[in-house]
Amino acid sequence: MGVRVVVVGAGVVGASVARVLSRYEGLEVHLVDANPDVGWGVSKANTGIVHGGYDDDPDRFPLRAELCALGNEIWHRWVEELDVPHTWSGALVVALEGDQRRELESLLERGRRNGVPELRIVEREEALAMEPNLTQEVEAALWAPTVGQIHPVRATVAIVENAVDNGVRVHLETEVRGVKVEGGEVRGLETSRGFLEADVVVNAAGLRADELADMAGVEFPRIRPRRGEYWIFDRSAGPKPRRVLFPTPTPTSKGVVVTTEVSGHLMIGPNAEDLPPDAKGDVGNTAKGLEEVWERAGELWPRLPPRRLVIRTFAGLRPEPEGGDFVVGNTEVWGFVNAAGTRSPGLTAAPAIALRVRDALVELGIELREKGEWKATRRDIESTIDLGWRERVERARDDPLRGRVVCRCNLVTEREVLEAIERMRAVGVRTPSIDSVKFRTGATSGTCQGSFCRVRLVELLAREFGVPPWGVTLKGRGSEVGVGDVKVLLRGASTGGEGSEE
Amino acid sequence: MRSRVEGRRDVVVVGGGPAGMAAAARAAEMGLDVLLVDEGRRLGGILPQCIHPGFGVHYLGEELTGPEFAQRLASRVEDAGVDLLLDAHVPEVRWISHAEKGVRVLSPGFSGEVRTGAVIYAAGARERHRFEIGILGDRVAGVYTAGEAQTMMDVYGILPGRRVLVVGSGDVGMIVARRFALEGAEVVGVVEIMPYPGGLTRNVVQCLEDFDIPLLLSHRVVAVRGRGRGRVERAVLVRVDEGLRDVPGTETEVECDTVVVSAGLVPRMEVLRELGALIDQATGGPMVNDRLETTVPGVFAAGNALVINDLVDHAAEQGEQAAEGAAEFLRRGGIPATDWVKLRPGEGVKLTVPQLLSGERDVWVYLRVARPVRNARLSLRGAGKEVRLPVVRPAEMVRVKLMAGEVRRAKVGGREVVAEVYGG
Ligand SMILES: Cc1cc2nc3c(=O)[nH]c(=O)nc-3n(C[C@H](O)[C@H](O)[C@H](O)COP(=O)(O)OP(=O)(O)OC[C@H]3O[C@@H](n4cnc5c(N)ncnc54)[C@H](O)[C@@H]3O)c2cc1C
Repeated sequence: MGVRVVVVGAGVVGASVARVLSRYEGLEVHLVDANPDVGWGVSKANTGIVHGGYDDDPDRFPLRAELCALGNEIWHRWVEELDVPHTWSGALVVALEGDQRRELESLLERGRRNGVPELRIVEREEALAMEPNLTQEVEAALWAPTVGQIHPVRATVAIVENAVDNGVRVHLETEVRGVKVEGGEVRGLETSRGFLEADVVVNAAGLRADELADMAGVEFPRIRPRRGEYWIFDRSAGPKPRRVLFPTPTPTSKGVVVTTEVSGHLMIGPNAEDLPPDAKGDVGNTAKGLEEVWERAGELWPRLPPRRLVIRTFAGLRPEPEGGDFVVGNTEVWGFVNAAGTRSPGLTAAPAIALRVRDALVELGIELREKGEWKATRRDIESTIDLGWRERVERARDDPLRGRVVCRCNLVTEREVLEAIERMRAVGVRTPSIDSVKFRTGATSGTCQGSFCRVRLVELLAREFGVPPWGVTLKGRGSEVGVGDVKVLLRGASTGGEGSEE
Repeated sequence: MRSRVEGRRDVVVVGGGPAGMAAAARAAEMGLDVLLVDEGRRLGGILPQCIHPGFGVHYLGEELTGPEFAQRLASRVEDAGVDLLLDAHVPEVRWISHAEKGVRVLSPGFSGEVRTGAVIYAAGARERHRFEIGILGDRVAGVYTAGEAQTMMDVYGILPGRRVLVVGSGDVGMIVARRFALEGAEVVGVVEIMPYPGGLTRNVVQCLEDFDIPLLLSHRVVAVRGRGRGRVERAVLVRVDEGLRDVPGTETEVECDTVVVSAGLVPRMEVLRELGALIDQATGGPMVNDRLETTVPGVFAAGNALVINDLVDHAAEQGEQAAEGAAEFLRRGGIPATDWVKLRPGEGVKLTVPQLLSGERDVWVYLRVARPVRNARLSLRGAGKEVRLPVVRPAEMVRVKLMAGEVRRAKVGGREVVAEVYGG
């Protein structure tokens, strides 16, 4: 029998750990998450930037500094292996006034120390030549060509699919409620679906990593949620920058970004608002936060499109650990390994964090031998919208369902939806939800925000999962799209009973 | 009916709602070779989901339900010999020359480019959604647009919720409110940001008062609340002043499990925008001349893709006008050059269509006023025309005929006709 490793948390960090560990002989790797699908925690709502590695002070936050720069390097390989939607657009950190310029110089110096290549300070004229719609107030900018962007949920899905292909088992809608420790060693996990034996538990629980550590009796810094809000504009709205634009950073945040995200929409955000520790589910938008974002973004990008071209707002919660640095590696309990404290740049650092976890297993004396056969690559669902006209027609002629457009705004065909559903199944999704399809295909996230196609997705999900259409959910149990068939209340009234069960 | 798809056409009509069906039928009745393309599995556009009466009073001279009206037009389309391609999406129309376009189609049955002399774009509108009207708060299930809720109920047989709050008191909002009440759901209210209802008085009575549904004027929904990954539990309302600004301290919460957003429609412009058609900010649709030709030669627009109509009759009528325009375009090798007179909205008027007048033909002018006015005096300044109307309201499109001679008067002046509305 091999070593049973259970990774708690199927965010980008837990997924990366599972993928890295799936490479070795003799490990039985399980990935557990309370959510109905992978990547629905912090990894769902963030800026999606693969940071350069120049932000983090190596003296104060050594892990962040090292793992961000390394993570950036690894992502360049992973996006190709895993076919993750991405752009290597580079970034400009924009300085507006004299003392901000000094800040650029210290970023440059930090970048140099962290081993970030190709950094350069560009003067006003060059910055404006690069981004003609940038504010005229720009004095100088730090040009960081290694910065990129990925679609964070699609990235997490890609990693998990590949991990599953290499033998990892996923348990969704499985909440960990206790960690069994005996004689200073991990034995297993109490979950909402029963006991899971484990020799090693990897704590990749994001916002709740402190709570998981508590369950194991492991000391861990408290995690506070820090909210960030965003606006996304219609694809047609511009002008859009070619590169990611940052203001000069402050001590708490890298500031409000103006960027063209991977699917081609102008996006602005996030602000940084500290919430109380018990607000870990508070991902609602607020007028105050959004106004702050709008104002800040306007300072970099004065030609923001009109509000009527906004198609969506959203918010995410950063898991801010006391102390500020990532918490990665072995602990006082044998077999309880942290991969947490994943504030920004956790998305960037995820693959590097995963390598650290592997090293931690080696430290524990677990022998790791690479499998003879390990699949490094995975292909994404082919998106019709990314194809040229000829290819679109060819695909549709070969496969009629590639010709049936379900989501008009983002040109998602029925085949793509069905493939998404198949892949949901492959990673263990049990509850049919619209968001699972949305994150895999882009359906419902365009100009009309799903008012045309949501119901078509409901129809397909209901058919494929064998549930009635009203039982299909938006984002898991409790978010069913309807309460029953259209006559359910009238029937209930005439018999004096209640309507259907949800 | 078997339809031929391949081969060059005189006219391709994009969209099979009332405007597109009327356009296709009329064009074919004039002897043109017409292909009608629609995304739906059946013709009718949004009509099949509108199972209430009130359609066709002007256009057909009798009052029908949506599906009945659609059926009438569909038979006419069939009788006229229009070829149909259903379940088919047009992501793009390619400009080849002023006289030739390539309509790109994706469908399970046929995918490829259809060459055509003229295009009539009648792809309808989409609904404004929660984020466009600033409803913040939690991202939970149970928030739908009105058309989506109608489709769920009347096409898919799903009841979206038990306790429903409707946002927007246009006719659609009130009709959806009644639709929910008829299925036994509790409609906790219809919220309207303006100080007057958005729809017809008839609907205020028949849809709200008759069902004891409260109408809350001068209020706006600012947020929905729910827990975690669940459903809507509450909506947060605030009162607004005359300037439509939130009045501080007037926030209240309403319990509901469903919020239906009926905040108006926006013409679907992706295809026309990509083609380079000029968009009128006031209508949200393309700028057109009195043949309903857009600023892209040979491409015509009708129905809600041109301007949001409150009456299906107007949409169908525009379809016929566009078909006549397309026929003229084909016959003469293009719409003849002229010094166009500009029609634009002035005092008290929100929008006007068509935006360019030739003075060579009489033309129906559609306009929408900015606020309700009794004993209104509508002036078409520049054309020297004045019309008296007992009452005009933003909810009801005003339609007046401008004679060729009246338009020509503007040619000696500023080459402009300005529509203005005054009270008393
Ligand atoms: C606003 C914002 C902007 C950001 N921008 C960037 C950026 O541009 N670039 C960048 O590099 N980083 C960015 N970050 C940081 C990045 O998003 C995170 O570091 C990263 O997503 C963390 O991933 P994770 O896997 O650790 O956490 P998560 O994605 O939250 O995964 C943890 C998972 O653990 C599960 N879980 C927790 N407890 C339990 C339990 N008891 N039982 C079962 N399952 C459990 C949760 O359900 C969750 O799915 C940003 C973050 C935010 C909020």
